[in-house]
Amino acid sequence: TSAVMAAVCGRGLLAPLGGRLRTCPRAPLRSVAAAAAAPLYDVVVSGGGMVGSAMAAVLGHDIHFHDKKIALLEAGPRKEYDRMPDSYSNRVSSISPGSATLLSSFGAWDHVCSLRLKPFRRMQVWDACSEAMIVFEKDDLDDMGYIVENDVIMSALTKQLDAVADRVEVFYRSRAVGYTWPLPSHSCDTSPWVQIELADGRRLQTKLLIGADGHNSVVRKEAEIKNIEHRYDQSAVVATLHLAEATDNNVAWQRFLPTGPIALLPLSDTASSLVWSTSHEHALELLTMDEEGFVDSINSAFWSNVNHSDFIDTAGAMFRSAILLLKPSGTAVRQLPPSVAKVDPESRAVFPLGIGHATEYVQHRVALIGDAAHRVHPLAGQGVNLGFGDIACLAHHLSAAAFNGSDLGSLKHLLKFETERQRHNVSLIAATDVLKRLYSTRLAPLVLLRTWGLQATNALPPVKVRIL
Amino acid sequence: QLSLFRLTMKRLFSTSRSSVDSKEMKKFQLLAHKWWDEEGEYSALHSMNEIRVPFIRDTLLNMSSNYQLGSPLSGVKILDVGCGGGLLSEPLGRLGASVTGIDPLEDNIRTADQHKSFDPVLAKRIQYKSNSLEEIVEECMETFDVIIASEVVEHVADLEMFIKCCSQVLKPEGSLFITTINKTQLSYVLGIVVAEKIIGIVPEGTHEWEKFVSPEELEHLLESNGFSVKTVNGMLYNPFSGSWSWMENTSINYAMHAVKSGAQGLSSPTDTLSEMGSEQPSATAGTTV
Repeated sequence: TSAVMAAVCGRGLLAPLGGRLRTCPRAPLRSVAAAAAAPLYDVVVSGGGMVGSAMAAVLGHDIHFHDKKIALLEAGPRKEYDRMPDSYSNRVSSISPGSATLLSSFGAWDHVCSLRLKPFRRMQVWDACSEAMIVFEKDDLDDMGYIVENDVIMSALTKQLDAVADRVEVFYRSRAVGYTWPLPSHSCDTSPWVQIELADGRRLQTKLLIGADGHNSVVRKEAEIKNIEHRYDQSAVVATLHLAEATDNNVAWQRFLPTGPIALLPLSDTASSLVWSTSHEHALELLTMDEEGFVDSINSAFWSNVNHSDFIDTAGAMFRSAILLLKPSGTAVRQLPPSVAKVDPESRAVFPLGIGHATEYVQHRVALIGDAAHRVHPLAGQGVNLGFGDIACLAHHLSAAAFNGSDLGSLKHLLKFETERQRHNVSLIAATDVLKRLYSTRLAPLVLLRTWGLQATNALPPVKVRIL
Repeated sequence: QLSLFRLTMKRLFSTSRSSVDSKEMKKFQLLAHKWWDEEGEYSALHSMNEIRVPFIRDTLLNMSSNYQLGSPLSGVKILDVGCGGGLLSEPLGRLGASVTGIDPLEDNIRTADQHKSFDPVLAKRIQYKSNSLEEIVEECMETFDVIIASEVVEHVADLEMFIKCCSQVLKPEGSLFITTINKTQLSYVLGIVVAEKIIGIVPEGTHEWEKFVSPEELEHLLESNGFSVKTVNGMLYNPFSGSWSWMENTSINYAMHAVKSGAQGLSSPTDTLSEMGSEQPSATAGTTV
């Protein structure tokens, strides 16, 4: 047939999938009979955090998945709130408008809005070692993003998973402990599906396994996908803070200190969330010091000019005058961040920071999304948004594949997802890493570089829009 | 031994005018186990699904008013003639159709059966039979809503008889989908010379240019056997990307959709609509899908 002719031409010229198909089993093969007894799912999502749950929900609401069976495995218990507790949780995320669109596509955003969230319109980012500042805001003063507690997002996702319970089966308190990968289909007398073993001994089979199990992903490790990772010499301190006076609190503040960036994210007119990335020692100090001292440290971090040097100040001022000559609107009005009055007791916590990127996002019958595929510094507020972007892309390709009657685990469409997302993610993760390193120093030349860089960027709308 | 005996028996008892060419069968025997290697000899057939499945699906969806969520071909009975290892039967089964796949080569059917056996949904929706088309005519008169003969008619011994048999097992106003290779200088150069003689990877003699069918000839045969040709589209394979695309030019590969005339010879309203789109006298100009 023409197809044979064509196949032959094609095969000689490329072998893109060759390396991704396994040639030998990793674990002893179970007998076909035993494997056949385990229930077979079309898609299993391993990891029920924000990204894993959203992935399962998106697929569950997809019309082309109407007759498919999806499972979500979550090691922890079910999380759902009808009303949020009065105090705010200390784990919050900055949700971009794109992520909000994804969440509203399957009805979750309505739940978020009915619980609580805080839109912000402006982002002011400035340096501790100079006067340089950059302000982000939309021309039409639309919402730039939303600060939402992670618990609120989880609750909204749980509700939407319930709505498609006939298609999506959620296994709470179920940790996957082992995965068995199939041999390439043509050499099969054994099951062509991925076998999953849970901690309680139950088994599942699936045509596609989606790993959404965080930066220490077991799926990624078991699939032997190489991960480029690096632990930063920084930890993040989070806390819920109460402001000295009520304000229109619709600005997100971030100041780059030599030890790391400190950010104040609005939660309400009187409360904000703290994310302070700093050295491990300082983080522990902050965690253990008394509440007054903690509040003083925060205020001083935002207001103190101790890191300024005359040289840098002069150089910065000169550059700013130059910009004003060339582009009179090129500098923005500097607003002053709110001052903090007290911290919520019990709300202080610390977690270590790092960067990571999987060399492959997909293999035969496996795909990684969210932190399992990439881990980034919180300074850009991107972490979960990258994960939601992964979901939108993967769901798009899986939906098309389902409508074509394709085998969902086929590398053909999985590779398209990988290419699209790696192209998007790699530059952002690299840029975040560069920023982190650039801002971790007091050295004059680098401070000057970043001062001028920041001032120039602030004056150039095209560059700013690209960052957004 | 047993399969050889059965094969011989089949040949003895089938009429001398059979659509199955035993020489062709021998060629496919060697590759019977390679069907499901997406990167192997049949990789282009795997990637052809990316255009032929949507073509079949959308044509059928346009003709009917039912749509079951998640199962666009639910309730449709399809015959996949020359199904090989089941490469096309499986996606159609996943879209909800009841598929009968037939192939004269037992090893192909064995491969197809084994591959579908792991998926309980497919195992129920798809039935494979080791038969030629003529052998099932008697028990399957006017049984199927759709017949698909993809990459098959260029291997068939008697094309007119093949088409007559298709007509017999197809319900009135049922659809026939054919994909095959045109008989042109270009298809000789690319299909025979380049693939078989120059690169030398296809065993010489896999294709016989003489058996390629031009769309004009095929359309003529179909129209004189009770079919009305609705759509003809050219197909193009890109060996670098390993993917297929549609094109207007039918000089190399092409796809055709024809509908068997209704019981009283009247065409339905939907037929009139699609006829308006393909009213060119020559079949080389295709309508875009």
